[in-house]
Amino acid sequence: MSLFDVFSVASSALAAQSQRLNVTASNLANADSVASPDGTAYKARQVIFSAAPQDEDGTAGVTGVTVAGVIEDQSPAKSVFNPGHPLADAQGYVKMPNVNVVDEMVNMMSASRSYQSNVDVMNTAKTLLQKTLTLGQ
Amino acid sequence: MIDPLDQMMQFQTNALTLRAQRQTLLAANIANADTPNYKAVDFDFAKALSSAQSAADSGSPPAQPEVLYRAPSQASLDGNSVDMDAERGQFADNTVRYEAALRVLGAQIKTMLAACQD
Repeated sequence: MSLFDVFSVASSALAAQSQRLNVTASNLANADSVASPDGTAYKARQVIFSAAPQDEDGTAGVTGVTVAGVIEDQSPAKSVFNPGHPLADAQGYVKMPNVNVVDEMVNMMSASRSYQSNVDVMNTAKTLLQKTLTLGQ
Repeated sequence: MIDPLDQMMQFQTNALTLRAQRQTLLAANIANADTPNYKAVDFDFAKALSSAQSAADSGSPPAQPEVLYRAPSQASLDGNSVDMDAERGQFADNTVRYEAALRVLGAQIKTMLAACQD
């Protein structure tokens, strides 16, 4: 049934966008985390989206979204001069996380808009299916 | 006896099936608005409906519509060709047309029921 595919497609997008929002929240929360469990500064994380084809019996060309992986941003940590800090090196620099707060805010807004769009899509499909159920009455 | 009834409703049934398929494709485009290298897809509704009609007339099984890539309106750095405004517009348009096909089919059924009662 074709219209039911909308639910699986839109819900895959909802799952992917909410994971993106989670990762953004983690980055923002740790924007000042100087020491993570491995002793180095927190590294920003990004999700990688990829298109996931639906079942063979579905409509041709219909693809959902899946999170292919979460990568750590490999850009160098920011060095901040703060000699009084307990984690400062010999020159007095502290390695701060490479989180770009502006980028993360943009990511958050984009994820939230995409989430809303997909909720709208699901609601529309639900309305259409309910109207189809009352066909001929 | 059943065949003329079936034939009468065939056009709207085909239209409804194709509208549902197009709705799914547009939903997939909206879902993949942030996926790198995803290319927006759609099909030519008029062409798909006329080929579904001719397939139904000749009694052959209905063919899947030919899914094509949409011509991108703006280039994007990540290779994604989904234009969210266009997709949302097409989605709303398709929704109304689906409802219209549903309404006409419902009216046809009501007409036949009225004829049965007298």
